[in-house]
Amino acid sequence: MSIEAQDLDLLANDNRGKHQLEAGFDLLGWDEVTQGSVLASFEGDASDVAHKKSEERTYSNYNSYTATVASWRVIKPVYNRDICIDCQNCWVWCPDTSIISRDKQMLGIDYDHCKGCGICVEVCPTNPKSLLMFGEYSDLGESLADWPEKKKKEEK
Amino acid sequence: MAITSIKNLKEFSTNNDRFEGAHTLCPGCAHSMIVRELMNCTDDNLVLAANTGCLEVSTAVYPYTSWDTSWIHIGFENAATAVTGSEVMHKVRKRKGTLKDNDAPVKFVAFGGDGSTFDIGFQWLSGAMERGHDFTYICLDNENYANTGGQRSSATPIGATTSTAQAGTHSYGKKEKKKDIVSIMAAHGAPYVAQLAPNKWKSMAKGFQKALETEGPCFINTVSACCTEWRFDPKDTIHITDLATDSLMFPVYEIIEGHELNILYRPKNVMPVEEYLNAQGRYRHLFKPENKHVIELIQSDIDKYWDMLQRREEARV
Repeated sequence: MSIEAQDLDLLANDNRGKHQLEAGFDLLGWDEVTQGSVLASFEGDASDVAHKKSEERTYSNYNSYTATVASWRVIKPVYNRDICIDCQNCWVWCPDTSIISRDKQMLGIDYDHCKGCGICVEVCPTNPKSLLMFGEYSDLGESLADWPEKKKKEEK
Repeated sequence: MAITSIKNLKEFSTNNDRFEGAHTLCPGCAHSMIVRELMNCTDDNLVLAANTGCLEVSTAVYPYTSWDTSWIHIGFENAATAVTGSEVMHKVRKRKGTLKDNDAPVKFVAFGGDGSTFDIGFQWLSGAMERGHDFTYICLDNENYANTGGQRSSATPIGATTSTAQAGTHSYGKKEKKKDIVSIMAAHGAPYVAQLAPNKWKSMAKGFQKALETEGPCFINTVSACCTEWRFDPKDTIHITDLATDSLMFPVYEIIEGHELNILYRPKNVMPVEEYLNAQGRYRHLFKPENKHVIELIQSDIDKYWDMLQRREEARV
């Protein structure tokens, strides 16, 4: 329980999506790109990427990790740590690599990459679900306060 | 080959993702589940190529790339050719000792959609299988050309409505049956051929690891539910895939050395195919009284195919 998602410096990263908005990013035009161009995903040595966690990697500006698709979303999943059993169903089926999981523990959601599809909520096996969809601008504290009670068997 | 543990999901989740978010696939697309699972199966270096299709255009939107490994952007039909070319180059450079790290294991994987596998890239794939390179080809089968607006492909099943085989007063959608690509690839004598589904994550991960380990050309057809063109809610992707495997529309099985067939998933309760069809908008017209015969035809085809698979598993032929 020592690490929190906020400590990993992954959530609400200030640099995310910067280049999508800024004109200063030096891009080649469509008629300047030649065949055989290479986009480097990392700065420097990338030979041991498979053994590095996201926070240890040196992503280049061309890696979509540094981009954001948060504007696609109209509803967002909210995570309730108190009910979660760390089954990792949401991790394996998240199509957007947005479930942050470290040391067999679910830590939270990467809201810069989440598109709000709702698959994580559907595959959550707990009762009540430990992930639920709320409006994009809903408040975290209010959402957690609104959390449904455990359903009895006959109500299911 | 360095394999990562897939004993249970908790252990599997300790892998470090090499497929990054903020790609532009639709919300709820099964393509990225399959790709993530493949890349989490191993910590070897990977050389990937993708045929043109949803996966290619969404994961390499200039100036961004979502791939943390070597990935080749190539034409519509020749991911198999590009990746086998890289494989030969790697082999030669290894022999000459000109690689940076001569002993680092490298795996070669090509991705293709169903359009580029069943139709456009079929000849290239067949050629690569015949030449016997050590690579794995993964078809992400969403049963239409989803990237260009849902045209019919030869993977589209009978009865589905697509933008070029529309259902209406004179038609019930596509009239031709789906190509049996798994059997075609097994007939090439490939050492490992399988059909897998992302909802059965463990059998899928096992299948991927087996394919990567096996020397020689391996082919895997994966079910990739397409919420946009199959017309269902994005959150239901796993539910629809469950229906597909439980109704035996997509049986999960493998064929080793072209003859040894193993069924990897037997549903406890086999569902009638109506439930699978009813969950998707592209089959809605089949429930009109004049189209009922198409559902009966689909069901009888499924029953025959399942019977054939079971007989083949028993007879080992």
